[in-house]
Amino acid sequence: MAVQKTDLNPTADPLLEEISGPTPRQILRKRVRGHTGLLFGVSVVLLLLLVAIFAPVLAPHSPYVQNLGNRMVPPVFMDGTWEHPLGTDHLGRDYLSRLIYGARVSLLIGVVAAFISGIIGTAMGVAAGYFGGKVDAVVTFLINVRLAMPVVLVALAVVAILGGSLQVVIGVLGLLLWDRFAVVMRASTLQVRRREYVAAAQAIGASTRRVILSEIMPNIVNNLIVIVTLEMAHAILLEATLSFLGLGVQPPTPSWGLMVSEGKNMMLFEPWLVLIPGVVLFVLVLAINLMGDGLRDVTAPENRS
Amino acid sequence: MSEDNAKPLLSVRGLTLDIPLASGMLHAVRGIDFDLDRGETLCIVGESGSGKSLTSLAVMGLLDKNIRRSAERMDFDGTELTTASRRQMRRLRGDRIAMIFQEPMTSLNPAYTIGDQLIEALRLHRNVSRATARARAVELLEKVGITAAASRLGQYPHQLSGGLRQRVVIAMALMCEPELIIADEPTTALDVTIQAQILRLLVDLTKEMDVAMILITHDLGVVARVADKVGVMYAGELVESGPAATVFGKPLHPYTRGLLRCIPQPGKTERGAQLGTIPGIVPSLVGDVQGCAFRTRCPHAVEACRAAIPERGEPPHQFLCVHPDGARAAEGEPA
Amino acid sequence: MLPFILKRLGLALLVAFTVSFISFSLLFLSGDPAAALAGETASGEDIESLRRLYGFDRPMLVQYGDWLWQALQGNFGESYYFKLPVASLIADRLSVTMTLGVCGISFALLTAVPLGVVAAIRPNSIVDRVALFLSVAGQAMPSFWFGLILIVLFGIKLGWLPPSGASTWRHFIMPTVVLGYYAMPAIMRLTRAGMLEVLNSDYIRTARAKGASESRVMFKHALRNAIIPVVSLAAVQMGFMLGGSIVVESVFALHGAGYLAWESIARNDLPTVQALILIFSMFYIIFTFLADVLNAWLDPRMRSS
Repeated sequence: MAVQKTDLNPTADPLLEEISGPTPRQILRKRVRGHTGLLFGVSVVLLLLLVAIFAPVLAPHSPYVQNLGNRMVPPVFMDGTWEHPLGTDHLGRDYLSRLIYGARVSLLIGVVAAFISGIIGTAMGVAAGYFGGKVDAVVTFLINVRLAMPVVLVALAVVAILGGSLQVVIGVLGLLLWDRFAVVMRASTLQVRRREYVAAAQAIGASTRRVILSEIMPNIVNNLIVIVTLEMAHAILLEATLSFLGLGVQPPTPSWGLMVSEGKNMMLFEPWLVLIPGVVLFVLVLAINLMGDGLRDVTAPENRS
Repeated sequence: MSEDNAKPLLSVRGLTLDIPLASGMLHAVRGIDFDLDRGETLCIVGESGSGKSLTSLAVMGLLDKNIRRSAERMDFDGTELTTASRRQMRRLRGDRIAMIFQEPMTSLNPAYTIGDQLIEALRLHRNVSRATARARAVELLEKVGITAAASRLGQYPHQLSGGLRQRVVIAMALMCEPELIIADEPTTALDVTIQAQILRLLVDLTKEMDVAMILITHDLGVVARVADKVGVMYAGELVESGPAATVFGKPLHPYTRGLLRCIPQPGKTERGAQLGTIPGIVPSLVGDVQGCAFRTRCPHAVEACRAAIPERGEPPHQFLCVHPDGARAAEGEPA
Repeated sequence: MLPFILKRLGLALLVAFTVSFISFSLLFLSGDPAAALAGETASGEDIESLRRLYGFDRPMLVQYGDWLWQALQGNFGESYYFKLPVASLIADRLSVTMTLGVCGISFALLTAVPLGVVAAIRPNSIVDRVALFLSVAGQAMPSFWFGLILIVLFGIKLGWLPPSGASTWRHFIMPTVVLGYYAMPAIMRLTRAGMLEVLNSDYIRTARAKGASESRVMFKHALRNAIIPVVSLAAVQMGFMLGGSIVVESVFALHGAGYLAWESIARNDLPTVQALILIFSMFYIIFTFLADVLNAWLDPRMRSS
């Protein structure tokens, strides 16, 4: 047989059909929808945020008004009345209202402290990662110093000196919780710095500020958001701990940690005084953590650890 | 010759491997057959993605859990590997069938000395003392050409170069005197100058110790030097197989011929002639695959190639093609 | 190995000095130590003479230098409250805290490592999901609340364990759990991640090809490599546990160094607080230093470099 010319059309062959995948936006949407943790976390946080913002509307009574004749009324599910759905505390104040206003305290502290420490830590971390050399050495040393400090102890001591109040607690936490920001931002900056688009921007003469803001920051923002949520949760827990130990927010401000401390002496007879604020704290922190983990899973699953 | 020596050591029929993917079922290996006699060297040749590595893992029973394996028969010296229990497979592995992988830099456990790992290879299957195992380890290290063997036992993998590590891996494979060694591209990751040495070592040792070997490679030059038998894999099928002399001397499948045209062959390639290429890319094997997978790149493809392809040729030299005499006839060569 | 150790040691000492300097200056802000020492009924003259007697009128750096020099010789001054040498006060209490710390980290390791291994062996199975959920939940729970719940539940309602005190080993069970659970999530996740990564390694494939049983592959080959970073983490967590001991010891009324810290802060007992901050940070530094050394020792690749 002579050489046969092929009579098959290779380009129209089903063997060569391309199997196309989904677009990046579709991938993101799919991930978000499938991620129960993220959805739960975001909904709960939003819910509590709304509760905090609309506290005056939602709370049945004032959280401060005492009524010594009406102390230790049990909640409605333990023979109480709907007048005070969660009962009253040892000074006759409505428990539910204090709980609702307590959300304000926790969220305010969480957000502001995380914001302050975020700015400090990110500035330090990015500087260390971008400039390297002596700047990096100094920042790393400061991070090590901060890590060596027993945070609870130092926070307690400072609050004891300056007096407990919302502002002091926020300030102390903001000035203490920047370490993870610094560590993670430094690592991310180091990673991004090596990439070609940074070299390209520098090669066309972009100023340092411009390189950092336009090339580096957008690529580390993902990590930053995750750390913000984690440190918010951290700050909220720390404030609750400080208030529980008596050296945080001072009475009569309704802080959930303080409410646990106030109820501690009577917890054997009225366990709800201790249970309820703890549960709300737990749910809030859990939701924030789930949100943070979820954000990381959805935007950069390779960083999961 | 007794009955036992006439039967092949390893006999595989209809081996099929399917991998479920999000986009469909990937038919990675599609019904391959081959035999291997004692002491024989079979080279399986093919490009990346042809399924050759998966085939070797299938024989060893080391496939990922999600890969579905089925075969009409996978007989190793009387033991049917498709139905063997996990314990039976564990007893075979390292003892009668040993495997050598491609990346020497990461094949050894960084936390233990090479002595520990060599000794483990033996003591997993033989009830011998540590001292006996140690002596054998030294013996084998010397056999693979490592000097000062006794002192090397206390070294860690990261203290050895890639070539040395691969020698250790070979020694480890030989600790229990296996009957079959499967070597999956053992020299690909090494420096060119070391490749030839390691290959020579492997071939010499297997011949000396009468060990059968399945050598997987994409390098035809290696095959020519080393193989008793050759199997050419393309897109999950053995498109041509047979004794090395005949497959290289009289290649019949268009793919094999294409491959051989890509390398200069002493005595055949004319001076100044252009080396060949095989245009096109390997097709996707996801979903229903009908007909010959090579047809999109074959210069002799016809309509019949879209349907089932018959097995041609007389054993031991066989191939898959619609054309009864393969590409030879199509290209006008005498049969 | 030796120059590595010396360098780390030097850095560690520097960090310790900086921490003590920072805490000294913080406490220096605390107003008037002489007034605190003199008590509430003292006159201005008494305070003034006390100030001269104790050297509080000297510049801060001089006071710090003096304190540091004394501290290096083991003299931390005298407690304002107890009128006893601070060093002996702390020494008495330290054994309780150390015991608690060791038990806590052991508890965390003994539960988290196996859980992480099992989760890695069967990723995305029920065990894996439960383990991950527990780890997220664990990080959200405030430790003081967890302690109170345990006391109510096991100490009172069920009566299985003594609610407070420190006389028998049973007294240490609940505090150990409360102190240790916070370290569990991180350890579990790191073990899981490490195992998952290691199980994908080529040398695991080689071990299986040699005919090793699955349990041998898991423990002798995989875990041995995966555990290296976990050891480091455990040592660091151990350092954090000293800070956590403040809360745990207060809740369970255990008279350890943490409890002493809380009391001293509440009483403005500056010498004790100052000494405790230094000691806590020294322990953290020692533990992280140990972690580095262990890390290097466990990984033969780092040993010889």
